[in-house]
Parts: sequence; structure tokens; C-alpha cells
Amino acid sequence: MLNYFIRRVLASIPTLLIVITIAFFMMRIAPGGPWDKERSLPPEIEANIMKAYDMDKPLVEQYFIYLGKILVGDFGPSYKFRDFSVTDLLMGGFPASLQIGGMAIFLAVIFGTLFGAMAALRKNSAADYSVMTMAMTGIAIPNFVMAPVLTLIFGVYLSWLPVAGWGDGSFQYKILPVLALALPQIAYIARLTRGSMIEVLHSNYIRTARAKGLRERLVLLRHALKGAMLPVVSYLGPATAAVITGSVVIETIFDIPGIGRYFIQGALNRDYPLVMGTVIFYGVLIIVLNLIVDMLYGLLDPKVRLHD
Amino acid sequence: MYSQKSKLAAMMPDAENTIEGRSLWQDARRRLFQNKAAVVSMAILAIIALMAIFAPFLSPHPLDEIYWDRIQAAPDYANAHWFGTDSSGRDLFIRVLYGARVSLMVGILATGVSLIIGVTYGAISGYFGGKVDNFMMRFVDIMYSLPFMFFVILLMVVFGRNIFLIFVALGAVEWLTMARIVRGQTLSIKRKEYVEAAHAGGVSNLKIIFRHIIPNVLGPVIVYVTLTVPQVILTESFLSFLGLGVQEPLTSWGVLISEGAKLMEMAPWMLIYPAIFLATTLFCFNFIGDGLRDALDPKDR
Repeated sequence: MLNYFIRRVLASIPTLLIVITIAFFMMRIAPGGPWDKERSLPPEIEANIMKAYDMDKPLVEQYFIYLGKILVGDFGPSYKFRDFSVTDLLMGGFPASLQIGGMAIFLAVIFGTLFGAMAALRKNSAADYSVMTMAMTGIAIPNFVMAPVLTLIFGVYLSWLPVAGWGDGSFQYKILPVLALALPQIAYIARLTRGSMIEVLHSNYIRTARAKGLRERLVLLRHALKGAMLPVVSYLGPATAAVITGSVVIETIFDIPGIGRYFIQGALNRDYPLVMGTVIFYGVLIIVLNLIVDMLYGLLDPKVRLHD
Repeated sequence: MYSQKSKLAAMMPDAENTIEGRSLWQDARRRLFQNKAAVVSMAILAIIALMAIFAPFLSPHPLDEIYWDRIQAAPDYANAHWFGTDSSGRDLFIRVLYGARVSLMVGILATGVSLIIGVTYGAISGYFGGKVDNFMMRFVDIMYSLPFMFFVILLMVVFGRNIFLIFVALGAVEWLTMARIVRGQTLSIKRKEYVEAAHAGGVSNLKIIFRHIIPNVLGPVIVYVTLTVPQVILTESFLSFLGLGVQEPLTSWGVLISEGAKLMEMAPWMLIYPAIFLATTLFCFNFIGDGLRDALDPKDR
């Protein structure tokens, strides 16, 4: 287990390096620069600015300078948000993004497995069909459609909830963005759970558990659900990636002071350090979460041996 | 000129008297057409596709005509603005249909790109096995763990919004799962006798892959294709929603939804109609995909 963990951590270093390299060169090869304005700067001033940010050096040298800096945790200053370092901006935005994203994943797992298991236990009943129709709707309606529609209904027509903003993090501001992020994932997880639960309920060990006289509740909770959760656990990695990507849009729609919106703004403004910082941050987050998911999988399913 | 059937009949005079066998594909088709949701979905998709193709004949309004006196007008039958007009006074119905053209085209073409890359890659990897397979699949694993959407977004931002780039970028993202599916299938197929026979007959590796392996992995591939198309349409809409997708004068459902979302308090129809079209299309593709899966893989019915 420990060996596996160390190997995985080591294996993620080249992955991260690939992410950094692609993002770095993709940003830089592209036309346009951070100081492109309608009114061009005098050449001396531009040269000075370039020098201050090491941008007068050859690209490959800049790349290694950048790598050296992030090794010691220095992501550089943001070009656009003067007086803020990228680290400041990311740390400032992280709490909001974490709350929204974390709550969305949490809701998705709880309600997804609950609905999925309910549908599987009453297969081909009205409850099953309604859960599956709802799940299909959740999958077919993307979150950038869901978000405005939810806002239209609950914010504008019913005026129950605020339309957008963060309101210093008070609860009612979080409901709509979390829902918009969570609904497609709830739908996905419900479908996954239903499928695997149906399969598990037909398996031999469930029959054994029932045959030895275990109460039905225990059979379901202790044996069936555990087996049925396996695909859900392995889906958590992609789910996190989807929620993170979704948060880019959701944070923009609801005007939430998180990290997601920095990415688009940064890319449009050619704010190289900010974009790189965001990409690296999300890259690390996804890699770490995938690792946790794989470890969890090993714990849940004894057939998967992690020392390989 | 003989058709396939008459040739067969000529070869086997009493073929008509024998019991007609059903191929796996015929079986699958029968099962698919018994699935009501899938059939209805196919019909709806066909209607949407036909509407997109014949868009200019379905509305009296041209795509870019600006009606200065009817800016952001609600749906109105007297002027044939069935879906209302947008904030520049253009007819929304015709824009939704032209958006359908772009969205469907991106979905199909990008899926085509992913299909070609994924099937070839997966078949080669699975067929050669060993070190080649190890290396190629390791590469796929690494690609999997990259935050891909971010690269696509970066690509669109830095290289400008170009519809050709959208196909390539989305196709390049979606081929990974396809490659994995095809590889898994290939691994089991390459041990079959007919592949061995081809080998013994001196057929080249490349020919075996394209003539014998790929046609036999088509089942799962078709299922995955019908699930990739909505995925791609969704991603394109996502990019367009962020303002990174297709550009004027082209439009897509994502662009229209994004415009509609900004004005939904004043002009909800600008959000609702494109959203209905997008959601319906995604719905239908998903139902067809599910139907195909049940039809081609009747194991868990």
C-alpha cells in the first residue's frame, strides 16, 4: 500500500510537468501579449516592463526560470490584478470554490447513490422510471443551462433566493450554484448506482447473505451497497474534474469570488502567471483526488491489489 | 447488373425455401426498433436535422435581417417570429435552426475525428500487445489525468475562435475512451481463429487490423459514438457559452443560450427555445445510445 502510494506520487510528477509545459508554451506561442492595448506603449517603457518580468529572455530560458520559481512556491505576480501575487489570488478564491465544489460533490454522492439504490430495489416500478427520467433530464440539461433556468425560476419569478453574488458567503447565496453544479452529477451517479446495484443484487454473495438469514436491511447496507458503490468511487475522479470545469462557468454566472473565473479572465487578458497558476492548481487537485480515489478503491475492493 | 440478393439467389436456387437465418445485426436492429424511447428519439432527431438542413425554407426571415422596430420582441405569430427576436432584432427561430446546423455538425465531425484516432490507436495497441501496448496505454493514462477542458479553453482563447480548431480540439479530447474500448475488444478478438487463419494465410498486420479486427469491434464503438456526439455538442455549447466557441455570423445553441441567459429576465424566450433544442437533442442521443447498448449487448436485460 505504501509502496503503491509512493510510486503513484512519483508517477504524477511527469504528468504535472507535461501539464505545465503544454500550458506554458501554448500561452506563449499564441499571438498577443499582456500589454496589448488600443494605445501602444512607448518602446522604452515596454522594454522595461518586459525586462521586469523576464520576458526579454528567450522563451526556453523563461520556461526554466518559471519552473525554478514554482519549485519554491513562487507563482509570480498577476499582470492584471496589480499588487496581487497569483498565490494571493488563488488562496483568496479557494474557500469559495471549495465550498461550492465540495458541497456539490457531497450532495451528488449522497443523493445519487440514494436515488440509484432506490430505483434498483424497485426495478421497473413507477419510482424506478421517475428516478431514471429525472436522471436522464439531469444529464441532458447542461449546468450552464440549468443555472440560468434555476435562477429564472427561484430568483426572478419566485424571488425565494438571490439571483447572483456571494453575500459574504451566507447560505442562501450558495444554494443555486451548488444545485446547478450537483444536479448533473446526481443524475450520473444515480444511473451508475442503479446499474451496479441491479448487478450486485443478482450476485452469489448476496444470495449467501440472504440464505444465512441476515436481515434484509443488513444485506442491503453492508453487502449490496458496498459492492454497488465501486463504480461510483471510480467515477469520483471524473466527477471532480467535471465539477471543477463546471465551476468555471457557474462562478461566472453567479458572480462567485472563486478561482474558476480567474481562468477565463486570465486567459483572455494574457495574464500568463495567473493562467499558469490556475492550471497548475487544478492539475494538482485532480491528480491528488484521483490518487485518493484509487486508494479508496483498493480499500473497498479486495480484488484490486495496490502493490502492482 | 445483379444486386447482392439476386446473386445469392442465383447461387442458391432454393434459398427461399430454407428457413431464413438472422444475423446478429438483424437481431440487434429488431431489438432497437422495439425500444420505444430509442425510436421516438430517432424520429425527433431526424426532424431536428431536417429542420436544420431546410432552415431557409421554413422561415420567411433571413438569418441576419435586423428588424429595428422589433428588437427583443416576444414570440409573435403575426410577423412569423415564432420564437421571438433577439437583442439585435433578428428572428430567433431561424437563428436556432442555423445554430442547430453548427451544433450538429460540430458534434458529428468532432466525433468522427475522435472515432478515427481512437479506433486506429486502440486497435494497433491491442493488436500488437506487449511493450507497444504498454507504452501506448500508458500515454492514454497520462492524457486522461490532464485537466483537458482547460487546454481546450486555452487553445480557443489563444488561437482565436476558429470552427476548424473546435473540431480538432474536441476530437482530440474525446478519442481517449474510444481507444480504451477498442483496445479491450481487440485483445479478445485477436485470439479468434479467423484472425489466426488470416495470419497463417500471410495477410499483413495492417490488413488484418483494418479488415478483420476493426469491423468486429464496431458494436461497442457504435454505442460509444452515439454517446460521444451529445458529449461533443455539450462541450461546444459550453465553449460557446463562455464566448470561446463559434463566431458571428455563425451561431450555435451555446451562443444563443449564452445571449439568452444574459437577458432572461426581460426576454426569457431567448433562453428557453435554444435550451429546449439543445436539451432535446442531448436527450435523444442518450436514449438512442442506451437503446443501442441494450440491442447490441443483450446480456444484462
